[in-house]
Formats: sequence, C-alpha cells, structure tokens
Amino acid sequence: MDGYNAFMLVATLLVLMMTTPALALFYGGMTRSKSVLNMMFMSYVAMAIVGIIWVLWGYSMVFGGEGTFFASPLENFALEGVGYEGYTFMAFQLTFAVITTALISGAIADRVKFSAWVVFVPLWATLVYFPLAHMVFSCTDDSLICGQIGAQDYAGGTAVHINAGVAGLVLALVVGKRLGFGREPMRPHNLTLTMLGAALLWVGWYGFNVGSLIFDDSLDPSTQFLAETGLTFTNTTLATMAAILGWLVVEKLLHGKATTLGAASGIVAGLVAITPAAGAVNVLGACVIGLVSGAVCAWAVGLKFKLGFDDSLDVVGVHLVGGLIGTLMVGLFSRTAPEGSNIAGGAVDGLFYGGGVESLVDQTLGVLVAVAWSGIITLLIALAIKYTMGWRVSEEAEIDGIDFDQHGETAYDLNTSLSSSGKGGLLTGAVPPKSATSPSKSEGASA
Amino acid sequence: MKLVTAVIKPHKWEDVREALETFGVTGMTVSEVSGYGRQKGHTEVYRGAEYDIALVPKIRIEIVVEDDDAEDVLGIIVKTAQTGRIGDGKVWLSPVESVVRVRTGDRDAAAI
Repeated sequence: MDGYNAFMLVATLLVLMMTTPALALFYGGMTRSKSVLNMMFMSYVAMAIVGIIWVLWGYSMVFGGEGTFFASPLENFALEGVGYEGYTFMAFQLTFAVITTALISGAIADRVKFSAWVVFVPLWATLVYFPLAHMVFSCTDDSLICGQIGAQDYAGGTAVHINAGVAGLVLALVVGKRLGFGREPMRPHNLTLTMLGAALLWVGWYGFNVGSLIFDDSLDPSTQFLAETGLTFTNTTLATMAAILGWLVVEKLLHGKATTLGAASGIVAGLVAITPAAGAVNVLGACVIGLVSGAVCAWAVGLKFKLGFDDSLDVVGVHLVGGLIGTLMVGLFSRTAPEGSNIAGGAVDGLFYGGGVESLVDQTLGVLVAVAWSGIITLLIALAIKYTMGWRVSEEAEIDGIDFDQHGETAYDLNTSLSSSGKGGLLTGAVPPKSATSPSKSEGASA
Repeated sequence: MKLVTAVIKPHKWEDVREALETFGVTGMTVSEVSGYGRQKGHTEVYRGAEYDIALVPKIRIEIVVEDDDAEDVLGIIVKTAQTGRIGDGKVWLSPVESVVRVRTGDRDAAAI
C-alpha cells in the first residue's frame, strides 16, 4: 500500500493545484482588469478558510460515522480518533471541499464585499458541502445519495459540480447583476490567463478523478488499482477532448467563429461531465458524454442573457449543466465490467447496456436531492447575509474597480513612468491618505 | 510653426517614421491611443455574448514643424499611412505660437 499512499499524496497535490492557481487563473482572466485580484483572491481565501474548518469539523461531518444527511461534527472533531495513516485520505478530501466552495465565486464576480464572501464560505461549506459530501462520498448504509438511493457518482458530479452550480445560480439571483450587465462590454481582460488556468485544471483533474478510487474488499487491490486507474485516466482524457470539439462546433455554428475561450470552457465542461462517470463508463460512453456536455454547455452559457441573471463566469452554464449531463448520462452509459474481468466499471448496467431505466431513475433521484439541498440552504445563507451585512460593494466602488476598493491594490501597473512617481511613494515611507490616490480609476475605465 | 497631428493605423507607423526621417524630421512624440471614426469599431463574441468594441487602437504622432515644411510632412504621412481601406485615420495641422527647448532655452525654429 506504500505505492497507493504515494499516488494519493500526488493526487492530493494535483487537486490542491486546481484551486490555487488553476481556478483562480481561469476565473481571473475572464473578469475585467479592475477586478481580477478580487476574483483570484476569492479562491485563495476559500482555500485557507475551508481547509481549517475541514480539519476541525468538516471531516467529521462527512466521514465521522452514520447519518442520512451528515455525521456528527464532534465524533472526529480536530481529527480526534483519526489515525495518521488516515491523514492522506483526509487531506485529499479537504481539497474537494476547498475547490467546490471556490467554484461558486465565478457567479458573483466584480461586485461582492470581501467580508461577505469570508462569512459565506464557512457557512456554505458547513451547511451545504459537508452534508452533500457525506451523502455522496461517505457511502454508509444510511447516507442518502450513495447508501439509500444508490446513485453512482465517481468523483462528485452531484456533491461538487451540481452543488456549486446551484449555489452559483442562487447567489447570482440574490446578489443581483453587475452594474451595466447586458449593456456595457464585460469582455474577458486576459484570455491567456484563462487558457493557462483551464489547462492546469485539466492536469489537476487527474488527481480529482483518478484519485477517487475506492478499494472493493472482494477484489485483489493491485489488480483493481491497475484496471480502475487506467479506466478513469483514459475516460477523463477522452471526455475532455470530445468536449472541446463539441463546444467549438456549436459556437462556430451559433456565432461564426471557434474561439480560445470556447476551447478553455470546453475543457472544463468535459471534465465536469466525466467526473461522476469516470469509473462507470467505457471509452465510447466517455466520448459521448464529453461531446454532449461541450455542445450543450456552449449553448447553455447564453441562457443567462435570455433569462436575465448575471452568472458572471458561467458557473451555472458549465458546472450545473455539465454536472447534470454527466450524472444523468451515467444512467444511460454505465457498464459493468465484462464477464471474467470483474475489476473495473459501473456498479450496474445503464439503459444502453440492458440494465433498464433503474440506473437512470437512481441518478435522477440523486440529482434532485443535490439540487434541493444546495438550492434551499444556499438560499437561506444568501438571504441571511443580504439582510444583515449585505453583499454588494457601493456603486461607486464597483464602477471604479473592486480591487482597489476592497484590497487597496490594482493588478496592473502599465503606466510606470507616471504612476510610480510623486508624493507618497516608497521613499517617503508614508501611506498616502485615500483621497490623495486614485490610481485605479483610469485603468478601470479603459478596461 | 505648425503642429502636425496624425492618427494612423498602428502597423503603418514604421513606414511613416521611415519616410519622415528620410525627409529630415528629427523627432516626434508618439502615443498609443484608441478611438473610432465612421467605421464605429468592431464586435467581439465571448461565450456567445456579443460586445461592440467601439474603440480601435491607433497611433498618434505629433510633430512641430516650420510653416514651409508643414504641407510636405502632411503629404508624406498621408501617402505612407494610406491603405485605402476604412480606418486609415486623419492628419491635421494647427498653428503653434512658440516652442522652447527645455535643455537650452532655445526658442522657435532653433528649438525644433
């Protein structure tokens, strides 16, 4: 098992990389130049907060024992009773809690007080993610989605992507649109960051999917490890490639050109969709799931303009829609291992492999639980914040740029000969009063 | 003296500079600017959202010349910056009262 532990440490690092820097870069490049730091920062601070509360009570709520919705937060509080040999698995699952929370930030770019996000993050992780992770990943007999319903979710189509997507939709509705949404240009300010972030997400996702292997007591561990990692690695790769093509074809038909942002988005759409299906389908299923997800998400990202909600960076259009496609299509393409090599594959046969509609029904029930739990509780948290501390920065701050307003920083100093000189610079050692500095205004306006 | 101000396509800037140096212009101020004329910018599409990008990047050249040279300089810029397609830019002349060289205090023709 030494080899398995070394593999899991690497997988954990890969998923850690998905939040910082991969997701931060992916999102940061898509925002306007006046809010890129705030956008990236939301991922970084989610990492710090969720990581700590995961160790304190998150791990216990997810893996601390039986429970339909969640286990006791006190059973393994601060990892009491967890042996060091269990720490690698604990850390691997920590990275899932972190990235799921950070994913939501894309829905509310450019306009949310940093303090509101810092309050939202631990509340949401505790009340929404930890319970759903228990229902899906802690497959005790009474855990709702895995144990009772029996839905298949290899690495988190429900607990991670549908969950974050629904939460993003709720927050986009409660927080409201950016000023000028639908009227002013809000084009991505640096697509090279987004391309880089998407590629890093792709690499990190191998940790996410391939690392989600759970050993089956009835199988020889070495044989299962060899077969199952081969399957999940291959499926993750193929679905992503198919999704890029699906996205590009649809946008070429709809808008006339294949775009780099489309390719980057297709990568994520494919990865999202194959997440629940990675261990349950064969390569054909993986290709179809990726293709469908890429194509449908390319169309779905346009819905926010028709329906009038400002899901700024398309958390709904990619993670919710892609998560639904992947999770539901498991019901069609799930395939048990062929006779005589019963080592990797789906738990049941789906509709297309002679298993009837049973798997599809289970997958649908799992989706409904995830949507309902995430939707209702996220709404309660969002409203509580709205009517107490409030979500939004002032209108003036939003126009001038949230980076400077919330953090006193701007991402880019492009006019070095002018902006680095003058009073209040480094040599005087004094922090200039707020009224004397307005470095962000012209930069923001030209974005 | 006259101030020649030209707003031209960025990729034409090297040709214009070369032609002006050949003519004998010894210096100029160049800035990257953005704006639009009758072509009204262009549209870009990101994840299906179409944006009108009103501002097109341009190069602005400013040169102070003696009255006698003004028409020649203007003509050189127009000739070398022209592609015949929309968005080639504009050149205009404006009168300048006086010029001082900061280093020496020289005035007018001696300062150009």
